[in-house]
Amino acid sequence: MSATPVLALRGVSKRFGAVQALTDVELEVHAGEVVALVGDNGAGKSTLVKTIAGVHPIDDGVIEWEGKPVSINRPHDAQGLGVATVYQDLALCDNLDVVGNLYLGRELLRRGVIDEVTMEKNARELLSTLSIRIPSVRIPIASLSGGQRQVVAIARALIGDPKVVILDEPTAALGVEQTAQVLDLVERLRERNLGVILISHNMADVKAVADTVAVLRLGKNNGSFPVKDTSHEEIIAAITGATENAVTRRAGRRTAEAAK
Amino acid sequence: MSDTSKTVKSDTTKAEKTEGVVEAQNTVAPADDPTAAPVSVVDPRLLVREEGFKGYITEFKRKVKGGELGSLPVVIGLIVIWTIFQLKNDLFLSADNLSNISYFLSATGMLAIGLVFVLLLGEIDLSVGSVSGLASAVFAVFVVDHSMNPWLALVLTIVTGTAIGALHGWFFAKIGVPAFVVTLAGLLAWNGLMLWLLGSSGTINLPSDSGPIKLFGQNSFFMDQAIIGAYLLAGIAVVLSFIGNFGEQRRRRAAGVPFRTNGEILLRVGLLALAAFVSAYVLNNASGVSNALVIFLTALVIVDFVLRRTTYGRKVFAVGGGIEAARRAGINVPMVRITVFAISGGFAAVGGMFFAGQTAGASLSAGAGDTLMLAIAAAVIGGTSLFGGRGTVWSALLGMLVIQSIRTGLDLLNMNTSIQYMITGGVLLGAVVIDSVSRRSQMAAGRG
Ligand SMILES: Nc1ncnc2c1ncn2[C@@H]1O[C@H](COP(=O)(O)OP(=O)(O)OP(=O)(O)O)[C@@H](O)[C@H]1O
Ligand SMILES: [Mg+2]
Repeated sequence: MSATPVLALRGVSKRFGAVQALTDVELEVHAGEVVALVGDNGAGKSTLVKTIAGVHPIDDGVIEWEGKPVSINRPHDAQGLGVATVYQDLALCDNLDVVGNLYLGRELLRRGVIDEVTMEKNARELLSTLSIRIPSVRIPIASLSGGQRQVVAIARALIGDPKVVILDEPTAALGVEQTAQVLDLVERLRERNLGVILISHNMADVKAVADTVAVLRLGKNNGSFPVKDTSHEEIIAAITGATENAVTRRAGRRTAEAAK
Repeated sequence: MSDTSKTVKSDTTKAEKTEGVVEAQNTVAPADDPTAAPVSVVDPRLLVREEGFKGYITEFKRKVKGGELGSLPVVIGLIVIWTIFQLKNDLFLSADNLSNISYFLSATGMLAIGLVFVLLLGEIDLSVGSVSGLASAVFAVFVVDHSMNPWLALVLTIVTGTAIGALHGWFFAKIGVPAFVVTLAGLLAWNGLMLWLLGSSGTINLPSDSGPIKLFGQNSFFMDQAIIGAYLLAGIAVVLSFIGNFGEQRRRRAAGVPFRTNGEILLRVGLLALAAFVSAYVLNNASGVSNALVIFLTALVIVDFVLRRTTYGRKVFAVGGGIEAARRAGINVPMVRITVFAISGGFAAVGGMFFAGQTAGASLSAGAGDTLMLAIAAAVIGGTSLFGGRGTVWSALLGMLVIQSIRTGLDLLNMNTSIQYMITGGVLLGAVVIDSVSRRSQMAAGRG
């Protein structure tokens, strides 16, 4: 793992009208590291992702890319740096077909003209590695199921040559087999020395693939733990906001069990 | 002529002949995992089209049920319209009348091309009629009042139209004024500017013996009416389509993705050849192919290419399909919006020059009346959706065929403008109803 993080947030804040969605958030992602970002509903995880991806520019703080401060004001800026994002709300164009969506914004060209044939060939190969069955790569996204769309959105992030991949609840709509494939994929991304930010509510998934867990609570950092040395309970406690003592850890465990 | 159905068809060409559901044949091994069994990319539940003619019929029925009407309603409409008028007046299908239709449809057709771009964004441009009128006035002022070279004046006129469109686009994209309101303001303001320019003289007559006005005029024909001219055009279209289709088939086959069968390509090229050569024969029986029509068709081919094969066209469709998704894909949405309105303004100016060519002058009534409505109606009747993201520029041609047929037919029957307005209004409403209904059934069939 390299010393300088490929992506670092320093004291990032974001406000929506009267809602302070993020307050002084710190986050570091190194190359070859999977950082799980966890927190309750409304904790600000998606907002954080969108600030990195350039959908919502930050109000305060600094985003550092490979050690240097950068300004990310548009999605285009983030893509230029090498950030690929799978949004929780997917953000696909309903009227375009699967191939069109996969390559949207970075179509392959052949003599200045969109190279549909190569794009279609690559799309089929990519989708088959994710074990998803799609009726045809030439039908509009509107006719796919929720999980199929999610896989298309994930595959989209792998096209191009990203350095950091952000996955906002990528397995929320997926079946057992596809979830396993996505977790495999996350591991492959790590092997390729990419930085990965994975948002998930599923602690088993987080423990299975993440190196570091960063907890967000009410828009603020609430601890960052190496997965190896941290118990399930400690993470749950940080998410729910219980402080670090035996009693609240027990309470946290109980709420976790009750939630199951 | 339209290629909208292409993408759906092409994936299902390599299927076994069986009834109903067939196990699909296309399997691809996962790229980086040689040990895994090949995974079928194609869902086995997908209904695969049967081979041969029967397959076409089944697929066709399925598509119509699913709301993918394509150009079916307009073709049926055209047949009905032509039959009715022919029964009422047997001059209707005469070569001279059909030649008339083909000439007069190109001016409004140019406006409709620009509108297709705007409709693809799910927006509307109400100013195209006024801009076309203003364009003819600007051209007349340049040529007659300032004795400018007419070709230079033509270029400057088109630049003016494009700039006006870009201005509308800027107010819409950057300030956030609804396009409907911006272009409604434009409808009034540009008409006012035209009246002001023509103010003192009223109508400016343009020299029609040379320059663009001659080119766009009624007596200017491709290759000076040479018989071979029309067949040459038809031949070029057929050969290009043949080469294009088989070239694509070869590349797709080499890449291992589904491709069109020889039979399908021959059928498509054959239908195109039939339409092209019959048209050429009919127009040759009159006086040949008007240059205005040739320019209109060339514009259609180029614009169709831009929309389907270039990244710019893909951006237009993407913005029409989902603004937020397009933005997050790194597309500069304001740029797309501004350029689309600029294109609409540019084509409106070209259309205005065609009108000037028809009348050899710039008049106070240019671009007024039903011009705007007809252009919108043409695009929608031709099958471009008002809801954005779906359509092709060929709808400008198909829609104008319908509209111009109705106008010419009613003229032949000596019906006056009042009847014409009512009938065209009814046809527009019908087209919008078909658009809305087919959108509803598309949503029900999961293709919303
Ligand atoms: N575009 C927006 N405008 C106004 N408020 C917003 C916007 N997006 C998010 N918020 C607010 O910011 C807070 C954080 O929302 P966010 O979507 O980041 O939560 P999350 O951690 O992703 O939750 P979940 O687990 O449910 O996805 C919420 O209170 C939400 O209401
Ligand atoms: Mg979220």
